[in-house]
Amino acid sequence: MQAGALSNALKTGAIWGFIVLELIFFSVAGQYLSLSDTAFMDIDNMLLLFKQSAPIGIIAMGMTIVMINGNIDLSVGATYAIAAIVLLESMTWPIFAGLGDWVIPVAWLLALGAGTLLGALNGLIVWKTGVDAFIVTLGAMLGYRGIVFMFNGEQPTSHLNWTLVDFAEAEVFGIATATWFLLAVTAVIWFIMTRTVHGRNAYAIGDNREAAVNAGIRVGPHMMINFMIIGFLAALSAVVFYSESGSVNPNDGQLYELWVITAVVLGGTKITGGAGSVISTFGGVLAIQLLRKGLGHIGADTETVNLVIGCILIAVLFLDRQLNIKGKEELKV
Amino acid sequence: MADINKQQIGRILAKQGILIAFAAFMIAFTLANPKFLTPDNILSVVRSSAILGVMALGVTFVVISGNLDLSVGSMMSFSTIVVLDLHDKLGPALAIPAMFAMTLCLGAVIGFLVGYLKLNSLIVTLGMLSAIHGLTLTYSGGKNMDIADKEGTWFGVFGQGTALGIPVPILLFLALAILLGLVLGKTPFGRKVYAVGGNGTAATFAGIRRARTVFTCYLISAGCVATAGVMQASRSLGSQNTVGQGLELEVLAAVILGGASLMGGAGTVFKTVIGVLILGFIQNGLLLMGLQFYVQFVVTWIIIILAVWLDIAAKRGRLWSPIA
Repeated sequence: MQAGALSNALKTGAIWGFIVLELIFFSVAGQYLSLSDTAFMDIDNMLLLFKQSAPIGIIAMGMTIVMINGNIDLSVGATYAIAAIVLLESMTWPIFAGLGDWVIPVAWLLALGAGTLLGALNGLIVWKTGVDAFIVTLGAMLGYRGIVFMFNGEQPTSHLNWTLVDFAEAEVFGIATATWFLLAVTAVIWFIMTRTVHGRNAYAIGDNREAAVNAGIRVGPHMMINFMIIGFLAALSAVVFYSESGSVNPNDGQLYELWVITAVVLGGTKITGGAGSVISTFGGVLAIQLLRKGLGHIGADTETVNLVIGCILIAVLFLDRQLNIKGKEELKV
Repeated sequence: MADINKQQIGRILAKQGILIAFAAFMIAFTLANPKFLTPDNILSVVRSSAILGVMALGVTFVVISGNLDLSVGSMMSFSTIVVLDLHDKLGPALAIPAMFAMTLCLGAVIGFLVGYLKLNSLIVTLGMLSAIHGLTLTYSGGKNMDIADKEGTWFGVFGQGTALGIPVPILLFLALAILLGLVLGKTPFGRKVYAVGGNGTAATFAGIRRARTVFTCYLISAGCVATAGVMQASRSLGSQNTVGQGLELEVLAAVILGGASLMGGAGTVFKTVIGVLILGFIQNGLLLMGLQFYVQFVVTWIIIILAVWLDIAAKRGRLWSPIA
């Protein structure tokens, strides 16, 4: 039992240990290699890091639920782009011209609604047809991206609303708007997964679907709700980011699904479902962003980041499996 | 009586559904545009699908063995960039085998991780997608790669040449499809691939070396990717670092359309070729109908889900999922 508890603690604490290692490494290496004078552990730098983690981080919270549930969503990048276009385009529609700045909440609602709808469509297909979520969302990734391109060709969609930009660039208690959104989403999803019936059922379904069905849990609606949550969060991520930037390229959000899945897996969520933690995903998001920033700080080329992250992902998978095997052996003894 | 007939129809649909859908598409597009079914158009479609097709052949092996390969896109970028770079340094005759060796090494790494270490193939190849992309950028320094003397090299033959009036890419695709089709369908190794994908534990008890089989599947996939890289490099004699980006999903879409199950154990090389051709002809047909290029993505989405859904529905005997 003792040893089992140790390996459990190792697993849940691993991501935070990794973050500490990263911080130490980049601080020390930065002393010798960095081109800038500021230290890596500078408070402004760390606050910026939180802000930059927000777009990926918000989506990663949704991916955690979906993956705990035993599914996966590859279409988040395309959903993100569609929501961004809805946000920026709807503010220019003539019917909203009389609203003044009240157009902002309307545009937000439309964008969030679009994301939720796209997620619901994925969820409904997974539920009703029984096709694997991997295939459904792989198809949706192509289809949604096609819709993005059909809307405006290869041209970017742009609209700047200065009230919105001011809001997005505002800082409350020294913390950026985007960071607040990330923290709030993390808190809400944590609450859902640990304190509600829906969260408990999501774990149960991911762990053993047959058993969940036999226990009388309605599997379909739970899966659909989770897909709606991730669609909503992909849209929220777009809303937060594009309120500030004001211009969306049709290619935006491509490969986001890979970054998000990497963050979630780094955080220790099982790809097969049934296990995972929202807080660890938060750690995974921070670890990736630290790595990107840190490698830049010590003067490594940006391309090295891909190489390093790929290798770390595989290494984490390997270590995770070694720890799991150990746990099982101890149980037998 | 009626019930039995219904079941029979369902079974026939499940078995040959992809061929029926293919025929229906061809007829519809031909009716919509007489230019569609001309030899010139057919050759150009097959030719432009050839690179995707060659990659799909290798991924078919991996998928049948019960695994996934999401790294083929960035691996194709890698092999294209490497062969172009080595072409000027070593000459084409040495560049091609050298590039094959490097790409096969990458395939061996994936095969080792998935086969021998038994790690989850989705995550491993996702990681390799990112890692190989980084490797490519590091290798090229982020710059586009071009052959210096584009007129004086015979390297263009793999992508641009013709033999017996047929473009070389098509011949390569066909030759590889026949070869790999025979390997998968007629050799003991092919039987092992199906066995490992269908029921890995049973295969192990039957004395099949599961790890070695999976490892070989990834080597085959890497070999196909290297061939595709040669074709791509030779077609344009220059390339960006991201030439293969996103191809992994199109390849997977073609393989799934061909009816290979992501659970493993089902699929054939012939059906994958049909899947590739369906994707190519849909793209071409929609363009000939005057629709936007991007409509094909939406149509592909619908077709993939319908194809897999009908396949599952026929197997379980009812259209809607029994999940409550």
